[in-house]
Amino acid sequence: MTRKALRTIFMFLYAVFLIVSLAVHFKPGQLVYAHFSSFFIEMIGIVPCAFILIGLFEVWIKRATIEKHLTGWGGMFWAILLAGTTVGGLYVAFPVAHALLKKGAQVRVVFAYLFAAAIFRVPMTLFEASFIGVKFTLIRLTASLPLILIGSVIMEKVAGDQINSVISNEERNLG
Amino acid sequence: MKLLILITVIALLASFISDRHKTGRALIVAWTRLKHIAPAFFIMLIFISIILTVFPENMISNLLGKHDLFLGVTFASMIGSLVLMPGFIAFPLCGILLRQGVPYTTLSALTTTMMMVGILTFPLEQSYFGTRTAVIRNTLCFLIAMIVALLTGLFYGEIL
Repeated sequence: MTRKALRTIFMFLYAVFLIVSLAVHFKPGQLVYAHFSSFFIEMIGIVPCAFILIGLFEVWIKRATIEKHLTGWGGMFWAILLAGTTVGGLYVAFPVAHALLKKGAQVRVVFAYLFAAAIFRVPMTLFEASFIGVKFTLIRLTASLPLILIGSVIMEKVAGDQINSVISNEERNLG
Repeated sequence: MKLLILITVIALLASFISDRHKTGRALIVAWTRLKHIAPAFFIMLIFISIILTVFPENMISNLLGKHDLFLGVTFASMIGSLVLMPGFIAFPLCGILLRQGVPYTTLSALTTTMMMVGILTFPLEQSYFGTRTAVIRNTLCFLIAMIVALLTGLFYGEIL
């Protein structure tokens, strides 16, 4: 059976359980319903807004312009901006970081990208601020920013040589 | 929540005035994304509604540091390092936990480790950057997450 079918059956059973519980005044069932409906009502106000903002962001911000600036002194800054446009978690950021290294980007720039892709992605941040609060998001971001900058410099110092040798080994194997 | 709606309306209007077609495309993107995530979303709500009913009211929030912040942060950072969860699911979940009395410090540890530390993605990372680099990066990110949680706690007055 496919995942989708399992999901549908599960949701159906859940709905039946709620309807029956409400009909026969089954206490635990009523409580499940109360939880579900209160969460659902809260989400219905937030979720569409967050997704509309994400849509606008995707249409208006062009990745290519950011990628152009990824070298030189401002590299780390632009790397963080680029990371903001990343979709998906670390598993998407790894191949991008790897590709950047192969293009000869500085190790610290690449790690600034990788760290920022984990914590600064704009769509995700919008979601966070909507559900936990703008204050929480601001605190988390201001606390993280200097730490990831220091972190990427540390990564370059501690692991830079190994990374470069991994990359150049790959080049050699390929060519 | 009202602020969010206000911002969305303003952004949407500004976008519509400057470029009608782009705005249309943005709405299509929003709709496709929403449709894509909706089933997982419902499943999350269903599970949470069941879990909160089955387990005693205070058990989850206690485990996540309602009374013992150290225990909560330890537990949350372990879960965060292990579990892979898209932000679209993780943050609504955190919103619910917050209402159950889970402190901000714990939520900060949970979300930051979830975003930065990846035990499950370790093999993938290893294949891109080598074992040593992957170990160093994850350790470093765990430390960063702990500092961020600590700072969050200080800002909210949950520590000291």
